[in-house]
Amino acid sequence: MANQDFPLIFERSKEGRTSYSLPDLDVPAYDIENELEEAYIRKNPAELPELSELDIMRHYTGLSNRNYGVDSGFYPLGSCTMKYNPKINEDVARLEGFSHVHPYQDPNTVQGAMEMLYDLQTALKEITGMHEISLQSAAGAHGEWTALMMIRAYHEANGDYARTKVIVPDSAHGTNPASAAVAGFEAVTVKSNENGLVDLEDLKRVVGPDTAALMLTNPNTLGLFETEILEMADIVHGAGGKLYYDGANLNAIMGYARPGDMGFDAVHLNLHKTFTGPHGGGGPGSGPVGVSEELVPFLPKPVIVHKDDKYMFDYDRPQSIGRVKPYYGNFAINLRAYTYIRTMGAEGLKKVSEYAVLNANYMMRKLEKAYDLPFQQHCKHEFVLSGRRQKKLGVRTLDIAKRLLDFGYHPPTIYFPLNVEESMMVEPTETESKETLDGFIDTMITIAKEVEDNPEVVQEAPHHTIVKRMDETTAARKPILRYEKA
Amino acid sequence: MEFRYLPMTETDKQEMLDAIGVTSTEDLFSDIPSEVRVNGALNLKKPKNEYQLKKELTEMANKNVNLKEYSSFLGAGVYDHFIPSVVDHVISRSEFYTAYTPYQPEISQGELQAIFEFQTMISELTGMPVSNSSMYDGGTSLAEAVNLSAAHTKKKKILLSKAVHPESRAVIESYAKGQGLEIFEIESVDGLTDFNQLEREIDGDIASVVIQYPNFFGQIEPLDKINNIIKGQKNVMFIVSSNPLALGFLTPPGEFGADIVVGDTQVFGIPAQFGGPHCGYFATTKKLMRKVPGRLVGQTKDENGVRGYVLTLQAREQHIRREKATSNICSNQALNALASSVAMSSIGKHGLVQMAKLNMQKARYAKERLEKENVEVVFQNPFFNEIVVKLNAPISTVNEHLLDKGIIGGYDLSTAYPELKNHMLVAVTEIRTKEEIDQFVKELGDING
Ligand SMILES: Cc1ncc(COP(=O)(O)O)c(C=O)c1O
Repeated sequence: MANQDFPLIFERSKEGRTSYSLPDLDVPAYDIENELEEAYIRKNPAELPELSELDIMRHYTGLSNRNYGVDSGFYPLGSCTMKYNPKINEDVARLEGFSHVHPYQDPNTVQGAMEMLYDLQTALKEITGMHEISLQSAAGAHGEWTALMMIRAYHEANGDYARTKVIVPDSAHGTNPASAAVAGFEAVTVKSNENGLVDLEDLKRVVGPDTAALMLTNPNTLGLFETEILEMADIVHGAGGKLYYDGANLNAIMGYARPGDMGFDAVHLNLHKTFTGPHGGGGPGSGPVGVSEELVPFLPKPVIVHKDDKYMFDYDRPQSIGRVKPYYGNFAINLRAYTYIRTMGAEGLKKVSEYAVLNANYMMRKLEKAYDLPFQQHCKHEFVLSGRRQKKLGVRTLDIAKRLLDFGYHPPTIYFPLNVEESMMVEPTETESKETLDGFIDTMITIAKEVEDNPEVVQEAPHHTIVKRMDETTAARKPILRYEKA
Repeated sequence: MEFRYLPMTETDKQEMLDAIGVTSTEDLFSDIPSEVRVNGALNLKKPKNEYQLKKELTEMANKNVNLKEYSSFLGAGVYDHFIPSVVDHVISRSEFYTAYTPYQPEISQGELQAIFEFQTMISELTGMPVSNSSMYDGGTSLAEAVNLSAAHTKKKKILLSKAVHPESRAVIESYAKGQGLEIFEIESVDGLTDFNQLEREIDGDIASVVIQYPNFFGQIEPLDKINNIIKGQKNVMFIVSSNPLALGFLTPPGEFGADIVVGDTQVFGIPAQFGGPHCGYFATTKKLMRKVPGRLVGQTKDENGVRGYVLTLQAREQHIRREKATSNICSNQALNALASSVAMSSIGKHGLVQMAKLNMQKARYAKERLEKENVEVVFQNPFFNEIVVKLNAPISTVNEHLLDKGIIGGYDLSTAYPELKNHMLVAVTEIRTKEEIDQFVKELGDING
């Protein structure tokens, strides 16, 4: 199948084939064509494909064979926490009592679902050290925006309308400044110092009476713990701002440290990272938000309450920022996270962080000779290498990533964070064995040698994938975003 | 305690610590200030083994009344439809569900092509040339459409029909606060957006008009008339939220001049699962292509001229543009978009028309039978698969009674529309049988006396 394009499902379609088996029309046939005005009756049916059931399975099985997931092989994609997705989670999410439950059923008929949500909130409160949790946000970015809207509502409730700025480090994920903008704030950048940590002097310079919040991940996107976190909290709080925790990196510190104890006022979690929600090829996720006591009144509504042995939705929240999503969040992802937490318990989650950090440090020390390591301290769950040495030899980080494909690996995150030149961000996760790590380390060292001895083999990679490098320029210049019948 | 997801052995650990040059993993955490270290263990429930945990969670699931054991007439934005068996088999393939966003096209052609096909299907259904790869859900997708309309027209006022899903309206309100938009609601009259009020309130300061089609009451809004009013103004955008199943039979909004069409593909292959994850779609015109929120997949060629697919027009997105991005969305609903693609492929070109019609016919049967039983069906416009009935008792009481008979009753409209006391929104999908409808009608007739 190498070097061949794969037919689109529309190209496999043949007039007259069917794969559907719809319920019977067991009521009289009404003449709906005559009931509606003609202008409202679709003239041409939507061009969906016509295939037999086997055709469909062959098509999608073929597509799945042209894809790569954690179950396929090592996936050290930094910041994305590509750990194993447990199979019991998938089974539990498919139980009819969870999967076929309607959000508008009488709460008395969904007590099991509400109990799960409530229990999950309780567990996440304990893990983060926050006062209250909302499970409504659909993903990390959505959680960021939700929490920023709460911070905004908090300041406004204090009559403080001057706080128009949100500070983000230069190493921050792109969603941080983007969420700030969607919440109506101006994003301002604080610089990192030579150790890869937030520069406190620069923070003091940018913070002020117009500061709504500082958004931070800790460990930061370089995989480094912000050791001066308490000083930073003092600086921001002293100026009347709030401290926001991007929980994408929580996998490093579970059972070791909690954002709530570090002085954070609001956090979001990525249940589809730390808590094994499968990434699904890009989603769905779940991005719960945790808050300090002061921010509780502003939580999205409804809030689940437990009273007299019953779970209820509380809509009577006058200061709430309102709804951020229809219904109650991505329930089935929350359910997977809950199943995971109940599988691991406190001891297990702490081991998760212990081994995630051990794995990352091991790889970092094994690779620091072959690639530049910009920061020397121990890392947490991930680390960032620089390909600047290889760049001088004419090989870019992108080439190294493509060469890794030839060896059967998913490459690390590349060109993020932005404050390291030619960056490669490696996050092994705790679910990978030493043999897997060693295999990847050897490959990375082999590639570094190739860069010196035979750079073309890297520059021209990948050699063994089903397609070669794609013409992305033409894709963007002359976009083809859907299939058109020839 | 054994942890089956953690492969670390004591030997591994020792070798790794030696390689790092530390004596224990504690050394790797020494940079965390002692003031913020957790003392002792977190207070979490005791973990359970696989068998016990599955048993416990099955018991928890069994505490819920589910749509497969009861016959449900509940819709209001989330529907109980037939899901072809192939859907779950495809999305259970772990090359799909354990993958991240397809950043490396050479090893992600499967996902990229599946998204490209999804975009095509949405484009076909809505009659819009461009569709993105998915949004969180119909509600947030609609809110993003409103934000886009304000950014694009550089105006701040929105006219929002009250016949749009109440929770979508609530989400729009929340997003609007962030962008400083002013939302003006248009009342509904006889189940349709008040045409006269719309005509009175529209002017050149309006960024967009937001309509749902079929609307929250199941009624089919006259999009052509509404579009004429909108196009009579300069630079006012027409946003339509649409149930994509209805578009199997109804003329798509794209043919009525819509600028943005959004909605949720939950109707195709996605179970209700207590409200999420579902799958938003976002479709628009070529003109707005470079302002679309979220990910887009485009067709291109590799170095050897082989056709393939990539994430494209990324200059719109947060990882490139940061605070200047058109949206903050990053993760979306890819796996659910795949589920919907498989369902749409399985139902197919003719099956879709048939399925839409089945919904309409069964809903009409329910309407006729209810009217025969002297249950008042309040709105009499053309409708899709939902009707509004007025009963003699509060809907919560009625639904309690129905539950005893094995029926999940419809949506209590008074929760979102206080003026619609004792009004129930009844959904009849293709999977309801004549017997189930007859029984439901009989119960409602009995309650009404
Ligand atoms: C550090 C960081 N913050 C935020 C996000 C956004 O999360 P999501 O993709 O769930 O919106 C990500 C993930 O891409 C991330 O790595």
